[in-house]
Amino acid sequence: MKSSTKEALGAYAFLLPNLAGFLMFTSIPVAFSLILAFTRWDLISGPPVFVGFDNFLRMIHDPRFWKYCGNTVYLMAAIPISMAGSLILALAMNQKLRGVVVFRTVYFLPTISAGVAIYMLWRLVYATEFGYANLLIAKLGNLLNIPLRGPNWLNDERWAKPALIIMSVWQQVGGYNMILYLAALQGVPRELYEAADIDGANGWHKFWAVTWPIISPTTFFIGVMSIIGGFQAGFDPAYIMTSGGPNGSTTTIIYEIYNEAFVYQHMGYACAMAWMLFMVIFLFTLVKWKLFHRFVYY
Amino acid sequence: MEIISPIRLLLIHVNAEAAVGLVSPVASVSDKRKELRSGSETLREAKRRAILISRMQKLLAYLLLAGGAITMVLPFMWMVTTSLSKPGSFSMWSVKARWWEGWLPLSFEWKNYVEACKVVPLAKFYLNSLLVTVATTVGQVATSAMAGYAFARLHFWGREKLFFAYLATMMIPGAVTMIPVFILLRHLGWIDTYKALILPGMFTAYGTFMLRQFFLTLPRDLEDAAKIDGCSLFGIFIRIILPLSKPALATLTTFTFMGSWMNFMWPLVVTTSEEKFVLTVGLAYFQSLYSTNWTLLMAGSVMMTAPIILLFVFNQRFFVEGIKLSGIKG
Repeated sequence: MKSSTKEALGAYAFLLPNLAGFLMFTSIPVAFSLILAFTRWDLISGPPVFVGFDNFLRMIHDPRFWKYCGNTVYLMAAIPISMAGSLILALAMNQKLRGVVVFRTVYFLPTISAGVAIYMLWRLVYATEFGYANLLIAKLGNLLNIPLRGPNWLNDERWAKPALIIMSVWQQVGGYNMILYLAALQGVPRELYEAADIDGANGWHKFWAVTWPIISPTTFFIGVMSIIGGFQAGFDPAYIMTSGGPNGSTTTIIYEIYNEAFVYQHMGYACAMAWMLFMVIFLFTLVKWKLFHRFVYY
Repeated sequence: MEIISPIRLLLIHVNAEAAVGLVSPVASVSDKRKELRSGSETLREAKRRAILISRMQKLLAYLLLAGGAITMVLPFMWMVTTSLSKPGSFSMWSVKARWWEGWLPLSFEWKNYVEACKVVPLAKFYLNSLLVTVATTVGQVATSAMAGYAFARLHFWGREKLFFAYLATMMIPGAVTMIPVFILLRHLGWIDTYKALILPGMFTAYGTFMLRQFFLTLPRDLEDAAKIDGCSLFGIFIRIILPLSKPALATLTTFTFMGSWMNFMWPLVVTTSEEKFVLTVGLAYFQSLYSTNWTLLMAGSVMMTAPIILLFVFNQRFFVEGIKLSGIKG
C-alpha cells in the first residue's frame, strides 16, 4: 500500500468518531432545521406541513416577537457598562500591585459560578420584603434620614430588566473581558508611555492618546463577541428568576424559541425564529471580519 | 551640552537612580557647580513627586479593587449566611439590626444541608451531573484531539473542505440545532436517558478547531524522527502529540467541564423524570416546589457552587491561559 494512502486511511480513522458526531448532532440537524423553518409541525398530529414563508411572515407581524427582540437588545445595556468596568479594573490591576492574583481570583468568582445556583441567589437578593438589595436601600435611607424604599424588582415591569442588567454586570465585570483587557494592557509598549511623558502628557492624556488606541482591537473584539453572545443570552437567568415575566418583560429571543418549541410544540415556527437569530449573528460576524483591521492602529 | 530632561531620566526607574548618583558628585568650586546642584535638586524633587504620584495611584488602585472585591464577594456571603440560618428567620440583617449583623452567619444550622438533600434527591442529581459532565468532557477532549490531529498533520482527500465545514458551523447558534436534535432523539426514543444528556455535547467543532490550532504550533522534528523509527500514526499521537499538548488539553478539559456542569437548557429539554435530572435542572425543580424556602434553596446553591469554585481556585492558570488563547485567536 502506498504510504499516502495509508496516511489517508489513518486520518479517516482519527476523524471518524468526531465526524460521526458532527454529522449526527450538527450538520444534518442544521439542514433539517432549515427545512423545518418552512413547515408547520407539532410533532404529534402527523408529518410536517409545508407552509412556505408563513412562519417568517407571522413572526414579522407578531408584536410580541418585536417586544422580545427589544428585551434582548435592552438587556445588552449590560455590555458597555461591564466593559467599561472591566477596563477600569484591568487598569487598576496593571499597576504592578502586590496581591493581584488574589484580586483576580475574587473578581472571577461570579463568572465562574454563573448558573442556576447564582440566579437563585439573586432572586433572593431582589426579593421585595427581605431581599438584600432592598435592605441595603432601606439601610441607606436610615443613614440619610430619608425614607427610602426599594422597588419591587423582579415583579415590576419597569425594574425587572434593570435588575437583570445589574446582575449581569456583577457577573461579567471581572471575568473574561477583564483578563483580555489586562493581557492587552500588558502588551502596550513601554516606550510609547515614555515618549508621552517627554511630551508632558498626564495620565488622562496618556490613556486616551496611547492606551485606548493600542487596545482598541481588544475593545472591538470584546464588543462584537459580547453582542453576538447577547443575542443568544437571557434564558437561564430569566427562567430561574422571573419565568420571563412580568408580562413578558424579561423574555428574550432564545427564551421565546424555547417556549415556542418545547412549551407550545410549534417546531416549525421555533426553527424559523432560530434562523432569524442566526442571520443577525451572521451579520455581526461579517462586521467583525470586515472591520477588524480598521481598529488596529499600529 | 544639552541637559537631558530630569523627567526623562526618571521614567526608567533604575536609570533615574543611576542619574542621581551621577549628578550629585563631590562639589567643585566652579560656576558649573551651582548648575549641577540645582539640576540635581530638581531631579530629586521630581523623583520624589513621581514616587508620590505612583504611590497615590497604587493606593487608589487598591481602594478601587478592594471596594469592587467586596461587591463581588458580598452576594456569596449572603448565600452562605442564609444557608446556615434558622428557617424562617434568615433575614437577620433587617433595617433595625446593627451594621455588623448579617454579614457573617450568626448560627450554624448545618441541618439545612441535610434537610435540602432530603426534600429532593440532591445526591442523585449530583451523581447525575458528575456522570454527565465527566463523560461529556472525556468524550469531547478525546474525539477533538483525534480529529484535530488529523486536520493539523495528516493529508487526506477533502481535508480543507471538511475543515471549512467545521469552521462554518461554529457560527451557528445552539438554538438552531437544539430543536432538530431534540426531534431526532425523540425519534430514537432517547429522551430522558443519559445518552440524550451526554452524546450531543461530546462532539464540538470548537474543541477540534482549538486543538488543531495548538497542534499546528508544535515542532515537526520529533514526529519525523518517530516516523523514521517506524512509529505508527497512533503511536505518534499518543506518545508525542498528546504529551506535548498538555496545556491545551487542560484548557479544553476545564472549559468543557465547566460548561457541562453549568448547562441548564439542554438537560431541561431532554429530561422529564426526577431520576435523570442533573443538578441545574434539579435545583430549578427544587425551586418550583419550595420557592420561598430560602434557607434550603441557598443550601442547595452552596452545594452546587462550591465544587466549581474549588476547581477554579486550583486550576486558575488554565482558565487565564485559555481565555487569552481564545481572545487572541479571534
